[in-house]
Amino acid sequence: MTSLVELLTYLSVSLSSLSMAELKLLGSWPSPFSYRVIWALKLKGIPYEYIEEDLSNKSPLLLQHSPVYKKIPVLLHAGKPICESMIILEYIEEFWPQIPLLPFDPFQRAIARFWVKFADDKIPAMWIVYRSSGKEQEKAMKDTVEMLRVIEEHALGSKKFFGGEEIGMVDIAFGQIAEWLGVIEEIVGVKLLEDHTFPRLHAWILNFKEVPVIRDNLPDHHEMFVFFKRRRELLLSSSQDQ
Amino acid sequence: MAEEVLLFGAWGSPFSRRVEMALKLKGIQYKYFEEDITNKSPTLLKYNPIHKKIPVLVHNGKPIAESQVILEYIDETWKGHPIFPKDPYERANARFWAKFIDEKCLPVIHNALWGEEKQHENAVKEACELLKHLEDEIGEKKYFGGEAIGFVDIVANIIGFWLGIFEETSGTKLLTRVEFPKLSNWADVFVSSSGIKENLPPKDKLIAYLRTRFGTRSTDASK
Repeated sequence: MTSLVELLTYLSVSLSSLSMAELKLLGSWPSPFSYRVIWALKLKGIPYEYIEEDLSNKSPLLLQHSPVYKKIPVLLHAGKPICESMIILEYIEEFWPQIPLLPFDPFQRAIARFWVKFADDKIPAMWIVYRSSGKEQEKAMKDTVEMLRVIEEHALGSKKFFGGEEIGMVDIAFGQIAEWLGVIEEIVGVKLLEDHTFPRLHAWILNFKEVPVIRDNLPDHHEMFVFFKRRRELLLSSSQDQ
Repeated sequence: MAEEVLLFGAWGSPFSRRVEMALKLKGIQYKYFEEDITNKSPTLLKYNPIHKKIPVLVHNGKPIAESQVILEYIDETWKGHPIFPKDPYERANARFWAKFIDEKCLPVIHNALWGEEKQHENAVKEACELLKHLEDEIGEKKYFGGEAIGFVDIVANIIGFWLGIFEETSGTKLLTRVEFPKLSNWADVFVSSSGIKENLPPKDKLIAYLRTRFGTRSTDASK
């Protein structure tokens, strides 16, 4: 019995000292994947050091800790790297269970993970709308609208957030739709998320952006517009040169 | 209520077999329904209206789709023979490699085996670069999960068994023993492991099926 108490004490001390250990986030403005991690950390009130990466000149730190993809975001916890935004969120959820982002019930958790996967599989379409033209862009627009339709019809129901009354991991996964999609629409000159066609999504976007942690941690809309517009011009002109 | 576990799957699908491997490793009784993926049943469409694909696990009337999501659910619900590590960092690592296999490796391997002729050499090179990451990850371990079969091993079933079949039907070899001794060794151990070997589709039947359905060009559209 004494050794069990000792073991439990040792575990709780080491885990709490690990949880207080150095936490760094390698990110890049205005990457929505970077923001996913920022939102999760701030919602749970976890202090961390943010390191801005220049993606045109990736640091040795990033290359060392993300050897497979060489991408942000990377979370460094006591020097150990975790890559891929939604995997980072699952890690954060397990290490810091306060303010849970996933439901407690395993079936509800499976539903949440289903939608997280859906988000990661389908959201790239809106970025193809952003960086392509012609037939490729047309198809991407159809795919984006189809993604929005599925979310509208199947994912939200009558709830305020995907997570229920409070935001959760699925809301964070779909966060790009609340802000970045609007920027893409403005730059490209299309409207894909019509408010009257997607009333639930429209309401969700308003609710999502009113959550204080989200409201206070979104890139400035105009700055994003300028950044992405310029980048799109470079992308399209270089693809024409090929 | 008595426990009811149903699995809608397809005999040749690695995604379907992943779920069966997990259920069998944990000794969970289930009822299996074979789906004809060219003529999907109304029941399947009811349980997976969004993707309309197998596998779907139905536990006490509640459906779960997407093989990796199903594996996580199984591990959280039935505690025997855990397939995920306990440590959060190791769990993140397992999720990373599982995602790498399905999202990065599979499309590139598909391209290398059945892509356009003129891009063949580059596609093969790209596929081998990805397999090298798995070669490094398995290292000296018996399984990706360590001493016992884990989440990544089950997800890598497609590399361990189906890749060999696809290589035969496409005529391109990627997983060579010379270039990937550790990964090749893992594949041998994996397919002969208890709980796995009983759960693999018959090789000849699968080759014949792929050749009939897709000719000499085949896809992993067995979902």
